Amino acid sequence: MENCSVSVKNISKTYKTNIALSDISFEVKKGELFGLIGPDGSGKTSLIRILTTLLMPDSGTASVENLDVISDFKEIRKKIGYMPGRFSLYQDLSVEENLNFFASVFGTTVEKNYSLIKDIYYQIEPFKKRKAGQLSGGMKQKLALSCALIHKPDVLFLDEPTTGVDAVSRKEFWEMLKQLKNKEITIIVSTPYMDEADLCDRVALIQKGEILKINTPKIITSEFNKKLFSIKSENKYRLINDLREYKYNNSVNAFGQHIHYTDINPKPDTDELYKYLREKGHHSVEIKKTEPTIEDCFIDLMK
Amino acid sequence: MNSFLSFVKKEFYHIFRDKRTMLILFGIPIAQVLLFGFVITSELKNVQIAVWDKSNDITTNQIINKITSSGFFELRKIIYNEKDIEPTFKKGKIREIIIFEEKFAEKLSKEKTAKIQIIADASDANSANMMVNYTKGIIADYLVKRNANIQYPMQIITKERMLYNESLKNVYMFVPGIMAMILMLVSAMMTSISVAREKELGTMEVLLVSPLKPIQILLGKVTPYLALSIVNAIIIISLGYFVFEMPILGSLTFLMTETILFILLALSLGILISTVAPNQQVAMFVSMFALMIPTILLSGFIFPIKNMPLVLQWLSALMPPKYFIIILKDIMLKGTGLAFVWKETLILTGMTIFFIVLSSKKFKIRLE
Repeated sequence: MENCSVSVKNISKTYKTNIALSDISFEVKKGELFGLIGPDGSGKTSLIRILTTLLMPDSGTASVENLDVISDFKEIRKKIGYMPGRFSLYQDLSVEENLNFFASVFGTTVEKNYSLIKDIYYQIEPFKKRKAGQLSGGMKQKLALSCALIHKPDVLFLDEPTTGVDAVSRKEFWEMLKQLKNKEITIIVSTPYMDEADLCDRVALIQKGEILKINTPKIITSEFNKKLFSIKSENKYRLINDLREYKYNNSVNAFGQHIHYTDINPKPDTDELYKYLREKGHHSVEIKKTEPTIEDCFIDLMK
Repeated sequence: MNSFLSFVKKEFYHIFRDKRTMLILFGIPIAQVLLFGFVITSELKNVQIAVWDKSNDITTNQIINKITSSGFFELRKIIYNEKDIEPTFKKGKIREIIIFEEKFAEKLSKEKTAKIQIIADASDANSANMMVNYTKGIIADYLVKRNANIQYPMQIITKERMLYNESLKNVYMFVPGIMAMILMLVSAMMTSISVAREKELGTMEVLLVSPLKPIQILLGKVTPYLALSIVNAIIIISLGYFVFEMPILGSLTFLMTETILFILLALSLGILISTVAPNQQVAMFVSMFALMIPTILLSGFIFPIKNMPLVLQWLSALMPPKYFIIILKDIMLKGTGLAFVWKETLILTGMTIFFIVLSSKKFKIRLE
């Protein structure tokens, strides 16, 4: 594919007896914001590490910017930016020193590519003399992103960039990624947060080393073929148990304050469900039809 | 800026900003040299003794005077019966008791023989041995002086000279030893820890996914420690020279060249350790057990290699510090040049090349 930035073909990876990835294939277009969505231990990090040439796959091939991840790893390392899952900058160096160091490692200077990181860096610039170890979680992420971007990479790999970051910073972080998209950088980002899927152009849902589905978030949610209800009552815990005992139940999942419920009937009878719940002693029952999210799709696909 | 230079700069930031690193780098060497110089000494000085003089005549008094004026012994107690011997030792202060038999002077002049008993506290075997020998020496000397005008029919006179260390100073032993130990500690342990730290904190992952070549990463790590180790070597040599009067008879340039060779060897060992160690703790323990302890025990620094069991002698032949200590002693005490230590130099060079090749082969360009 001409317009292809990252291509993965039949990649498998096993650690001793643990299967991390089994026969994974997908392609990412140039300038796309691609999400790898899956719970912890689903193989996201292994996949990113294979693409960043840090790990070798057991079988299959992968290429980044038409360069093979095994034979052309030296070339790839010049073209990509990588932000590992853990904060991996020098805690005893200041913000400024970290940025300068990573710029010079890639044979460039902060001044040369300042325009690229300006939008991100200006937020932490007031603290540029501060040691990286003393920054807050959100600021650390901004600095790490700046460092990964400073050499103007063609492809940017972000491994769980928002894990352990507060909700506001998470939102800000995704805004920044959106802006980067305009600069024609391909971005591959992994995350365990399902709600972040909607912010990607396309997502791959990963579970136990296998891809459940790849598509745009919109198409994935539209393919959810059951009617979904959001149910609430005064006792959430009892409600879950009672719903699970209901004879027509298909799936029952906690979703914040609400319970997401699907019925085995194509046309569920909500009146009967009301009746059943009232018999079980629930008084202020609220049943609403709701639109499926990626999480609902994920849980549905996992079955 | 050149990426190598900025790597070195970054490395210096790490070192100068970490108090513990600074302490290990500069505090320990100075403390070690001073400790070994002043505290750990096997020379006798002011050993407290007691005397049971059953005779108390001119001769015994002269002998006691001679012993106490030697500077090695200090008379602290006079005892009068056998019962006192045990309690005196048990108190712990007095470590030797000298007992003269009755009518000592009389016997000596009439029967030509008199007896002295020396009882030493041998809970410290080495120094007990030394105390007894010193005492015997002083008594023998007294006898020789007293009989100076008597001609024996036959006599063998031995004259000894302790070449290269005339006054048998300990400092001549330990300065080269300490230097080998410190350079091993600073160079090998500190580099292995600092590479392992990058692995532990995940920064190695980022460095790997960069255009930096492994050789650049390793050289960047090694250069600061090479510089600091040279500074350390100069500190140790100057402390030895100015504080403990350790001579440097050979060429100082040659001494420094050999020192740099040894530092390079230690650095390559440190890199080798770091390629195996996944984190700082493992790096430290491996450095400690694989490098430090053999350096101290098997290099001839403290225990003479010639006295070791054969197996340990073979093992010590594998210890780089052994050769370095030989070279240092030759240069400092004998003033010899390369012509005399070329063999040891060659061995060290060979080991260095071996470790550099091995560690560059073992350095992982990926995570596994």
